[in-house]
Amino acid sequence: MATPVLDKADAAGQPEPGFADSPYITVTFRVRRFNPEVAAEATWEDFQLEIDPKERVLDGLHKIKWDVDGTLTFRRSCAHGICGSDAMRINGKNRLACKTLIKDINPEKPITIEPIKGLTVLKDLVVDMEPFFQAYRDVMPFLVVKETNEPTRERYQSPEDRERFDDTTKCILCAACTSSCPVFWNDGQYFGPAAIVNAHRFIFDSRDEAGEQRLEILNDRDGVWRCRTTFNCTDACPRGIEVTKAIQEVKRALITRRY
Amino acid sequence: MSTTETTASGVGPVEGAPVYTVDNPAPLIEAPRKRTKKSPKSTRGNFELAAWLFMRLSGIVLVVLVLGHLLIQLVLDGGVSKIGFAFVAGRWASPFWQVWDLLMLWLAMLHGANGLRTIINDYAERPNSRLWLKGLLYTATVFTILLGTLVIFTFDPNIR
Ligand code: HEM
Ligand code: SF4
Ligand code: FES
Repeated sequence: MATPVLDKADAAGQPEPGFADSPYITVTFRVRRFNPEVAAEATWEDFQLEIDPKERVLDGLHKIKWDVDGTLTFRRSCAHGICGSDAMRINGKNRLACKTLIKDINPEKPITIEPIKGLTVLKDLVVDMEPFFQAYRDVMPFLVVKETNEPTRERYQSPEDRERFDDTTKCILCAACTSSCPVFWNDGQYFGPAAIVNAHRFIFDSRDEAGEQRLEILNDRDGVWRCRTTFNCTDACPRGIEVTKAIQEVKRALITRRY
Repeated sequence: MSTTETTASGVGPVEGAPVYTVDNPAPLIEAPRKRTKKSPKSTRGNFELAAWLFMRLSGIVLVVLVLGHLLIQLVLDGGVSKIGFAFVAGRWASPFWQVWDLLMLWLAMLHGANGLRTIINDYAERPNSRLWLKGLLYTATVFTILLGTLVIFTFDPNIR
């Protein structure tokens, strides 16, 4: 009810004569809340919101935090699908709150919002991302070249060679994929899809020289062989990366390298 | 599902005094088997690669062996009613069926055991339960393979 347009309408939210019907609808946000300073268990809390269904889940969370309950805790930064801060489990599926329109997820029923799974919950929707980033660091997500001198010219690459790993350059490290993977839910030692995607980004880069090393890391016990081709990661990725395909390509590279 | 649950669970025996406070927070809800800085441990060479390939290759062979087995044992020539000591004795008189059953025994046992190893790796959290479950699995697998092999090779049709 905070927009200037609505302020002119009367208390019941009726549109002024001659104006179109109010675009606002009533939506229930059912949020999974946890605060270790209050209780040891997580509980569901319902919030009723008046909201334009063309707005996003993140706008609804902002409304709650700013107007209803300032203790609601969640991460977000860019609010435009770039930074990867606000991956959460919305109606049972991992999505970015800032890229999910209310109208697309059936606002007739309560919208459930939970933290992403498989990582320690710190408060409400905020999880400890450290194990996720540790797995990312473990695959050496940076260009490795043997030469010791400063490069004196650009590292050229043909458009075809660039195309080879184009898909996996799009990752924003939101963890939607890794935290949608049932293997990762039960065993956080698994590298997880995001780390493999970012290893793929360099393994198939013609300029990089540490592909062998990364393949060796992912050949280990908690590497690509733990993938069961569930496809949850591909469904979850807000960037539309073909995550499962990237994992299969790493598996194939390992097999063709050996045999 | 109601709002009141949130505070109720934090209220201690003394009315109104919360159990958990800023200075005394509840334990966090930890994820199972977290990755830490030390996580990439010793490497075991290409074992996982070989196991993965083996699951697929043995699966292909098992399709023929198992479906053929079911067809011969349960469907063709009178179905289950024909199975008896004489039927088994007759089949194992031929080296072809001996090899068939031996191959099926070994492949199905190794395939099934490796599948269960995967499931234990997925679901058993504590190092001790992992150790014991795998120990039990490997013991049962070795025992069944050895016993089965022994029977196929030492089967005596004249036993009474
Ligand atoms: C009939 C032909 C068969 C085929 C084509 C087949 C194929 C496969 C494949 C490809 C996998 C790996 C799945 C993955 O890694 O995601 C698998 C897993 C498994 N198989 Fe088979 N298999 C067959 C028969 C059997 C038999 C006879 C047994 C029991 C002795 C068995 C027990 C298992 C188990 C326990 C798993 C692990 C399940 C899991 O990973 O969730 N399979 N099978
Ligand atoms: S691959 Fe997609 S889902 Fe996974 S971390 Fe990157 S952007 Fe997020
Ligand atoms: S807030 Fe940056 S991706 Fe959603």
